[in-house]
Amino acid sequence: MTGIFGISIQGLFGQLLVGLLNGSFYAILSLGLAIIFGLLNIINFAHGAQYMMGAFTAWIGMTYLGVNYWWALLLSPLLVGAFGMLLERGMLKRLYRLDHLYGLLLTFGLALIIEGLFRYRFGISGESYPVTDLLAGGKNLGFMFLPKYRVWVVAASLVICFGTWYVIERTKLGSYLRAGTENPALLQAFGINVPLMITLTYGYGVALAAFAGVLAAPIFNVNPVMGSNLIIVVFAVVVVGGMGSIMGSIVTGLGLGLIEGIVKSGMIANLLSATFDSVPVAKSIVYPVKLLFSPEASAVTIFVIMAIVLLVRPAGLFGRER
Amino acid sequence: MKRKLLSALICVALVIPVGATATAATKVSDGVVKIGVLTDMSGTYSDLAGPGSLIAVQMAVADFVAKQKPDFKIEVISADHQNKGDIAAIKAREWIDTEKVDVIVDLVTTSTALAVMKVAKEKDRITLVSGAASTPITNEQCTDTNVHWTYDTYALAAGTGKAVVKQGGKTWFFLTADYAFGKSLEKDTSEVVVEEGGKVLGHVLHPFPAQDFSSFLLQAQASGAQVIGLANAGNDTINAIKQAAEFGITPKQSLAGLLMFITDVHSLGLKATQGMYLTTGFYWDRNDETRAWSKRFYAKKNRQPTMVQAGDYSAVTHYLEAVKASGTDDTKTVMAKMKATPINDFFAKNGKIRVDGRMVHDMYLAQVKKPGDSRYPWDYYNLRQVIPGDQAFQPLSKSRCPLVKK
Repeated sequence: MTGIFGISIQGLFGQLLVGLLNGSFYAILSLGLAIIFGLLNIINFAHGAQYMMGAFTAWIGMTYLGVNYWWALLLSPLLVGAFGMLLERGMLKRLYRLDHLYGLLLTFGLALIIEGLFRYRFGISGESYPVTDLLAGGKNLGFMFLPKYRVWVVAASLVICFGTWYVIERTKLGSYLRAGTENPALLQAFGINVPLMITLTYGYGVALAAFAGVLAAPIFNVNPVMGSNLIIVVFAVVVVGGMGSIMGSIVTGLGLGLIEGIVKSGMIANLLSATFDSVPVAKSIVYPVKLLFSPEASAVTIFVIMAIVLLVRPAGLFGRER
Repeated sequence: MKRKLLSALICVALVIPVGATATAATKVSDGVVKIGVLTDMSGTYSDLAGPGSLIAVQMAVADFVAKQKPDFKIEVISADHQNKGDIAAIKAREWIDTEKVDVIVDLVTTSTALAVMKVAKEKDRITLVSGAASTPITNEQCTDTNVHWTYDTYALAAGTGKAVVKQGGKTWFFLTADYAFGKSLEKDTSEVVVEEGGKVLGHVLHPFPAQDFSSFLLQAQASGAQVIGLANAGNDTINAIKQAAEFGITPKQSLAGLLMFITDVHSLGLKATQGMYLTTGFYWDRNDETRAWSKRFYAKKNRQPTMVQAGDYSAVTHYLEAVKASGTDDTKTVMAKMKATPINDFFAKNGKIRVDGRMVHDMYLAQVKKPGDSRYPWDYYNLRQVIPGDQAFQPLSKSRCPLVKK
């Protein structure tokens, strides 16, 4: 078997593909965060909880009301998005003039309350959401077994991500949104209903989180903490991409997913061993790096990358210095 | 003030006043036997222990009072240790110093169990560990004031590991949670696999907790091992099993869930778990006695009890009976009485507490039913084998506990 650094070529392809699959989740979640931050200046810590609500709404719909997956994919983001708009109108609206910290604290508190309520009602072990028949099974590619459902996830997130990017960067509606970010008062003077636009934007960001939640439901166990497990990573993605940058969050999400996949495969650790283990001094110097890029430390990788990026480019890869 | 408020909030007290009788009154310190349930109330393990454990202990106290009519008062308080050793130790110290707690039970997660055992030993109080699983609890870190009641990683390995190798699963690859419990479970199982003539091809450590297991599963798949041993617990196990099916790993390679609770099976559903072997100390549907008790538990919790919760009931009942029989709540006397008396209840038959603190009782090898074979809610297991206590748990001759004289 041909191999590089202890991993077969086939294995590497598999790992890259898996990385891309995870990356598309990161992309769609960080996109929502980036939009909300870009326009509202709110660091939406409730994003993880809203993602979880999306998954749970789908599960509740299926279990109690017989709503199938495709309807859930449409209805769940609408419902959770509407809930988001209520939050914006009722609470977040009052915080725009204040420091970022207040928005962060409020949304963080909300996330804890929402998660707590779901935990109280559904317990921590979570619920199982089956893959819809149309997307069940998969195809053997020779080097790996590719589940159909994961392909669908990548396709759906790419379409949503680039569609959103197109609307914001290339259409008239998008130009209003961007103008609202720059100077809301001036935009209002042109007769645009800026508060409504902001509410709708927050609703859309939240709906994206819920959409990701429905996509995730058949893959992960639907449980109350599924969002908080993911949200910190997604924040790192947004920071690496540049706070508020739409394209930045999409590209970084996919990219970091890929890198994480490679780290999880153990390839980087093997590569470092193969190169430096014969030289005693180099081995001990490289050891901590190897540790950081070993599979068991894969949860840390993204943060290491974040630290490096922030040192070199404090505004993130695609961000603008203000 | 804050602390007062906190303890007032946390402590759910169940006070059962009992009229004093005239003859041979039990000498109870501070006039009350106080039981502290220290557990994970909201985190990863809150379904398998948590609020359900508190209910089990309250049931044990109510049953004991109704049946034995003791001449002393019993109180139950509880707190959330958040699976953190330091928080557990601080709470235990506070309970013993200011609340006069006599016995601390449940203690899910190894780090909290070890931390509280140490405090209890220092303060001369009893710990009854039902939730935690690692073998150091009755080995390197054993204390003479602790009983490890329900199960441990050795028993899980001996049960599930042996059964799977005997079924023909000779080559293994481990997916291991990167902390003390996962490593302990992997080590114990590897030993059993090798002993039984199997071979361990490799392992991959994953961060705890993890969501996506596909990378790790692909490595397990590439190893070509017949069996993928899941040396993890809770949501990690659930996600790994779910994704293994998604990537077509099962049924070509089989999975061995080394620690699975009935709540995990319930969450995953029978379709994803059918055919899996698991080792458990308790199954609600085993006989009339277990069914009767579980029915009462179900009425309060709306879920069937896990082995941890059933073990809590059994442990607290045994403790209270020892207090009554010895006429005091003095730690040394009660411990001696507990160790001298065999345990006979719905949980254990002829259970015995060894000098290292291990409560030895039969364990059960279960196989998860096919969806078509499950006839009513929570009808999940076929019990394949009773593993006698002396085979289920590590023999004293192998013990690394300083209390064991060799």
